[in-house]
Amino acid sequence: MTPLKTFFSRIFGSSPSQTKTGAQLAGGESVMSRAYKSAPNDRIIVGASQSTGLERSHNEDAQLVIKGDSAGAEPLPEFGLFMVADGMGGHRSGEVASNISIRSVARKLMEGTILHILDLDSPNEMLPLQELLHDALEEANSAVVEQVPGGGTTMTAVLLLGSQMTIGHVGDSRAYSINNGQIEILTRDHSLVERLKELGQLTAEEAESHPQRNVLYRAIGQGANLEIDVFTTTAPKGGHLLICSDGLWGVVPDPQIKHIVNDAPHPQIACEQLVQAANLAGGPDNISVVIVRFPSD
Amino acid sequence: MPRTTRQLDENVQGESESLDRLQPGITLEDRYLILGMLGAGGMSSVYKGRDLHFPNVTKLVAIKEMVNLIADQSMHEMIVKNFEREADLLATLSHPATPAIYDNFSHKKRSYLVMEFIDGDDLEAILAESTDFLPEERVIGWAIELCDVLSYLHNIQPEPIIFRDIKPSNIMIDHHNHVRLIDFGIARNFQPGEKGTMIGTEGYSPPEQYRGEASPAGDVYALGATLHHLLTKRDPRVEAPFSFAERPARSINPLISPEIEAVISTALQYDPKDRYPSAMIMKEAMISAAKRTGLLSAPSVAAVIAQSDKIEEIWSFKCEDEIRGSPLVYEDTVYVGCYDNNLYALDKQTGEFQWKYATEGGITGKPAAEDGVIFIGSEDGRLYALTANRGSLVWTYYAEGPIRSSPTLSEGHIFIGSDDRRLHVVNQMNGRRAWRVEANDAIWSTPFVQDELVYFGCESGDFYCYNFKGELKWRKKAKRGITSSAIIVDDIVYYGSRDWTMYAIDSENGWQIWRFRMRGATISSPSFADGLLCIGCGDNNIYCVDAKHAREIWRYETDHQVTGSPVAHDGSIYCGSVDGSVYCLDHKTGRLRWRFHSDGPITGTPMIANNVLYIGSTDHKMYALIA
Repeated sequence: MTPLKTFFSRIFGSSPSQTKTGAQLAGGESVMSRAYKSAPNDRIIVGASQSTGLERSHNEDAQLVIKGDSAGAEPLPEFGLFMVADGMGGHRSGEVASNISIRSVARKLMEGTILHILDLDSPNEMLPLQELLHDALEEANSAVVEQVPGGGTTMTAVLLLGSQMTIGHVGDSRAYSINNGQIEILTRDHSLVERLKELGQLTAEEAESHPQRNVLYRAIGQGANLEIDVFTTTAPKGGHLLICSDGLWGVVPDPQIKHIVNDAPHPQIACEQLVQAANLAGGPDNISVVIVRFPSD
Repeated sequence: MPRTTRQLDENVQGESESLDRLQPGITLEDRYLILGMLGAGGMSSVYKGRDLHFPNVTKLVAIKEMVNLIADQSMHEMIVKNFEREADLLATLSHPATPAIYDNFSHKKRSYLVMEFIDGDDLEAILAESTDFLPEERVIGWAIELCDVLSYLHNIQPEPIIFRDIKPSNIMIDHHNHVRLIDFGIARNFQPGEKGTMIGTEGYSPPEQYRGEASPAGDVYALGATLHHLLTKRDPRVEAPFSFAERPARSINPLISPEIEAVISTALQYDPKDRYPSAMIMKEAMISAAKRTGLLSAPSVAAVIAQSDKIEEIWSFKCEDEIRGSPLVYEDTVYVGCYDNNLYALDKQTGEFQWKYATEGGITGKPAAEDGVIFIGSEDGRLYALTANRGSLVWTYYAEGPIRSSPTLSEGHIFIGSDDRRLHVVNQMNGRRAWRVEANDAIWSTPFVQDELVYFGCESGDFYCYNFKGELKWRKKAKRGITSSAIIVDDIVYYGSRDWTMYAIDSENGWQIWRFRMRGATISSPSFADGLLCIGCGDNNIYCVDAKHAREIWRYETDHQVTGSPVAHDGSIYCGSVDGSVYCLDHKTGRLRWRFHSDGPITGTPMIANNVLYIGSTDHKMYALIA
């Protein structure tokens, strides 16, 4: 990892921006008062924030942001790795599962992409990015099965290379594209209730209060026959990528998420405002959010 | 709220142990001697026992124990009452596939049901033990008996009994190979509500059951799901819920007859109204399907093709040799090169001959046109510019080898490859070379130009991206030649190779995003529309692949190699095959809409203009058909 240190700013788990619980919120201090300047327009800007929420005693979510910035006559392509994992399982196995998965996937992806690119006379071809993502999540699945039996986690991992985002996804954390006032869910929730909604068996309101709304049919850690969604999409120019756990999207409605992201001067401020909004709405679950703002050109 | 993970295996060891299982040797009600445990799940366990009222013989019984953990007194009592009522109901049942009920009693937190002991294996165990697919006729036999018992239950008066939980583990096969239903869901009242995020779903239950609806149609669905599992060995509990339609039984187990698959698919419809209205009707359908398959051994596929040969040609025009290349429609004329060395110009409405221009070699490419000038390469090594209206020569450009590539026009220049291993860039006005770059082998593919970059593959398997200064931006190597011409959609380059693969490459930097494997080499070029890529292959198939996920959506098998390229138009895919036919397929499903047969292999790519399809064949003819 040493050669990467100069390259990447890195936020993992307990970042300085972590909003612990509701205690801070009670003070009513506006996050706007923090010293973020308006984000520059020609670079990728990232924000990340996390909170245990108000009802849970443990934080089973994990998130990771790794971003490459390069300049010069022959700059490296835009590089970024953005991940959210939401663990589940008793006896702290949820938090172990999410953390193991994040590390395992990140390591595989770093080795498979940026380390290759940095090595000027790298002899081997890079694996196709979708296969790399698929293998990385599959390895995380095996690692969780082996190390945390009974534990599981969602995983939404976005690998940015150049102008393309390749996304690996299992479970019900989400990736959104927010652009020009539009908010679009890029991922598909692997939950029973979502599936029933897709089939027209449940309305959105029925789904919200369905007793089985937390039942996932796919998760990292399920073992054999894990099907992983992997796809590639173009990064939204002048728009945002948002990745979050259900502690955000299950509590703060999409239109409100969109407004906060569009109105905030900096993605970091948007992240903190979103966490605050989720906690103001009761904070029933752990909240993780990562926002990436892309330049218009 | 604690989050729990439920294992797919329902025998959660920890839970049942904490419930103090009954030890062998214990006697219940001074009558039932516990011999051992048969199974456990959730809040209930089943024991093997012996009825001591028959001291001289060994009368075995199955004893189901349910633990009532509801603390609220009135709720607790209600559950016990419900249990007793259901036990009474079960005791009145009389069908060869339902177990006899002997007794029931409750003790503090526990309620018991004493029933017939069935010696045999449940279907889950039978599935687990079989290494191969279960024989179809065996499964059909069980299916018919299951329909029969469900029909019996659904017709009980005054209220039908809905089984609600048909699945392999609830169906026993006794020693006479007869079906016996066990676990009448009587334990359901005892299950506490599940909370927290969990993995795993019921898998066999119909969608409406999650809204709390239980109906005979729900049992029909669960039976369909069970049969699907038995015949395919694919466990629905680990698949996306209600996704049976995405994996028809025959796609997994081709030994299943289409008739039986159809019965299962009907039972598995999302909407209860689309399923069999009763288990009895499903039974009849199953029996008649079984009879039909018994009588009929030849597959009956030809049905779809029947209406297809009605496609009529608007006109056809005969050249003197094979047409291997692809036509271009420009203004009112169709231009097509022929292996008789001529480029033909035909009236697009009537097929009437306008003019022809003789080169000194065969023509395999597709012409390009702009500002009243037609451009075409020939195996004589020359690139020709001809006036569109009369076919007069404007200029000639000489490459150093045959030209089989088709010209691409961009910003006043023509981009074209040659067997001389070079990509030539020629000024459209005067035919002078602007620049050229070297490749590792002959270039037969058609270059793609976008944003001052040119992309092309060559026969060595190298794929190149050059800028307009002739500087290499990136290069990618396939294991075999790339004759397929690339397309770019949303900054991703797609092309096929003879190495049996279709590639998706980031157009900016040459990174591979995905690769899609086929069963043969391809020289066909992909088409793109509505997020779907289509490509022909030497394995006789036309493939349709989701561009984002690299997933096969469908494939259509023709009778020979598909070397031409598909064209997407208005919800259809049009493609020729070496079997001599042009196919029109539904873009979303790959279903055949029509097929037009010519008398020779078709290797070119159709062109569609104003709903008319133009295609040449090696039977020497150029055809115009209604698309």
